Amino acid sequence: MKVQTTLGEMDEADLVKKTGEIENDHEHTRWVEYYHRDLLVHRSVHVHLKEVPAIFGETEKF
Amino acid sequence: MANSQAMCTSFKVEILGGVHAIGTPPTRATTAKDVFKAALFLASASLGAGTTAYSTSGEVSGAGYTAGGITVTNATAPTSSGTTAYWTPSASLVYTSVTLTTAFDAVLIYNSSQSDKAVAVYTFGSQTVTSGTFTLTMPTNDSSTALLRIA
Repeated sequence: MKVQTTLGEMDEADLVKKTGEIENDHEHTRWVEYYHRDLLVHRSVHVHLKEVPAIFGETEKF
Repeated sequence: MANSQAMCTSFKVEILGGVHAIGTPPTRATTAKDVFKAALFLASASLGAGTTAYSTSGEVSGAGYTAGGITVTNATAPTSSGTTAYWTPSASLVYTSVTLTTAFDAVLIYNSSQSDKAVAVYTFGSQTVTSGTFTLTMPTNDSSTALLRIA
């Protein structure tokens, strides 16, 4: 597979791949990094928003 | 039966649809729905409830990223469930082939058809992107998790 990097398009086999993720009540985020000779040459991120605050419409009592 | 005080759910949906102009009505050159955009902002920026309009101040910059961000896909009309009106963009926000080396942690949704007026700010864990893609997938479009909810 080809990977777009800061050095141009490279074969994935020539790169070191690292992945990570975090998940909490607010988001589930995953990322993939590719390194070439310890140099970060690609990083993509996917954030999935899970829940965001609502606006509450209220009527005032009188 | 008895009367009950409430903000009408239909009004909440209609707010999202721009039906009511309680203040000065906006000038609309078209009857088409507005275009909304999504711009990314640095973790060092200060966006929040006080943000009134899109500005380049604090916006990310880097290869592949155009100031102002990207257009939000809006194919789903606002609706309601129970007493909550809600709306969510109908597709993920995808910034392809970008390099954003300074940490960012927020996206501003704004109305580019109405003088770039701000709609909402959403935050996430601080990120950078290198020759890659930043994808922001929307929450489920329902009354509990939709991106815009008037409860």
